[in-house]
Amino acid sequence: MSTVAETQIKLTPEHDARPGASVRSRLQDLLPKIVLAPSFAATIVFVYGFILWTIYLSFTNSKTFPSYDITGARAYQRLWRWTFESDPPSSWYTSITNMGIFGFLYILICLALGLFLAILLDQKIRGEGVLRPIYLYPMALSFIVTGVAWKWFLDPGLGLEQTLHQWGWTSFHFDWIKNKDFVIYTVVIAGVWQASGFIMAMFLAGLRGIDGEIMKAAQIDGATTFQLYRRIVIPLLRPVFLSAFIVLAHLAIKSYDLVVALTSGGPGGSAWLPSNFMYEFTFKRNEMAVGSASAVIMLMTLTAIIVPYLYSELREKPR
Amino acid sequence: MSAVTSPARPASSGISARTINRIVIYGLLALFAIFYLMPLFVMLVTSFKTMDEIQNGNMLALPQSPTIAPWFKAWGETCVGLTCAGIKGYFWNSIKMVVPAVLISTLLGALNGYVLTKWRFRGHTLVFAMMLFACFIPFQSVLLPMATILGSIGRFGVSLQNATGFNFGLGNSTVNLVFVHVVYGLGFTTLFFRNYYEAFPTELIKAAQVDGASFFQIFRRIMLPNSMPIFVVTVIYQFTNIWNDFLFASAYAGTGDVMPMTVALNNVVNTSTGVVEYNVNMAAAMIAALPTLIVYVVAGRYFVRGLMAGAVKG
Repeated sequence: MSTVAETQIKLTPEHDARPGASVRSRLQDLLPKIVLAPSFAATIVFVYGFILWTIYLSFTNSKTFPSYDITGARAYQRLWRWTFESDPPSSWYTSITNMGIFGFLYILICLALGLFLAILLDQKIRGEGVLRPIYLYPMALSFIVTGVAWKWFLDPGLGLEQTLHQWGWTSFHFDWIKNKDFVIYTVVIAGVWQASGFIMAMFLAGLRGIDGEIMKAAQIDGATTFQLYRRIVIPLLRPVFLSAFIVLAHLAIKSYDLVVALTSGGPGGSAWLPSNFMYEFTFKRNEMAVGSASAVIMLMTLTAIIVPYLYSELREKPR
Repeated sequence: MSAVTSPARPASSGISARTINRIVIYGLLALFAIFYLMPLFVMLVTSFKTMDEIQNGNMLALPQSPTIAPWFKAWGETCVGLTCAGIKGYFWNSIKMVVPAVLISTLLGALNGYVLTKWRFRGHTLVFAMMLFACFIPFQSVLLPMATILGSIGRFGVSLQNATGFNFGLGNSTVNLVFVHVVYGLGFTTLFFRNYYEAFPTELIKAAQVDGASFFQIFRRIMLPNSMPIFVVTVIYQFTNIWNDFLFASAYAGTGDVMPMTVALNNVVNTSTGVVEYNVNMAAAMIAALPTLIVYVVAGRYFVRGLMAGAVKG
């Protein structure tokens, strides 16, 4: 596609002799860049500049207030040491182990459940228009809001356990939210509840995009429904799997209010994710350098996932 | 893709197998619908119950004697930290923050998308890629420098106030949050408009140029009138995101009268003095959810489209 800017120059090849008109037409040529400049400058300063600033802070010994004397990689050394401090677990050890458990289960269950629901909804369901928004609404609400209900539901004295006791199942026990070894799994449940409907919508859009002819051909060849999905449909959905994985990985690393609203950090900080670790160390424990170092590690993890993806997405369509 | 129907089988066993199949499918779908609706249902039902009923009754039971007193208490009387004037002030804080932030970021996104598709220059892909990447960073990596900058702007505002009697909005929490949300929302709004304008026929713009239309005339007369769908998508997406934000809100307006709704709600719920009034908490949560819930009910289709556009990039 040829650009308009080029075409315009061809349309008025000579900037005419009158100085006023020349300045004006040059201004017209520059105008698009002038319009874009503030946004781009803001991105450079407030995103990339601030990232560099955070990296800088992580190499100082900033405590309550930023200090600008470089003191080396002490913050990273501490984080590294804490990485292996499992008994009793350091906050950092807890945070990254939780990230591993949460990230793995959250992504896996959301993908599986999303695909499952999308396949079910794709069976010419009456009332699909009602069900779809029901599955998806959690994504529109803040987890600070829905966390209030989840917290209540998971509380052994008030919610599910209490309800089942009233219904006569008195031996039922469900106190994960109060148990420091299991609290992270309640975060997984709530996280899956929030995001799986959206993943379902992504898969449903993918399913609707598959050519019906392929399906018919396979059916004529005698494929069972199960074979059809396993051998043909799911392989065709590969791009959707990739997009959904990227979305979920990025949501998982950024998850913050999920833990705050559901558990307020859990018993003794046992539900922390790195995002909570960063916030607590920076703003509550006055360990700014350590907080910055953990933010840098979060950023690098995310960059490792996003940049290859963005690169391939933007490169595939050279227009 | 059309649904997969099993090829015709002998009628005797075929019909019943198919019926069972359908029952299983509908049963599973209904079960999951209950799973997704449950928290909202519990919240809604509890917000209309008396405390008595909550303590002695079942979580899932409908209110025996429905009362809207908890809603009034949440709105006007409940305690947020030490002040007991309800959540209404914080609700307006959020409104005052959301409206300008959404309008500014959407308008800038539209202009950026217009430039990046119809007035391309060398390196436009790189500029776009850099803005796009900004959508995905964990905001923890910019949280501290921004706090420092907002702090110095605030101090400057105070000295300005002393010198001129007016601080021009510098140091005001709402202004700060609007600024933060515009800056970190630009990537998304630009992405939405760029992808939309990419498919917009360039011939129209060329024709307008030949007729002597200027950069802004083309934007106003040709692009804007044809951008309604993407405007709706962007506004809804930004509104939901900014209204629901908790990280920036708690970092830059985490205490006092200036808190946005989400932070205030979190304070209400975690206040542990005296008897916890679950019905009031749930009513407060419902009030905080209402704006986004209404938007979702009225224009959910567009919200989903925005989510999808954010997910499938390029």
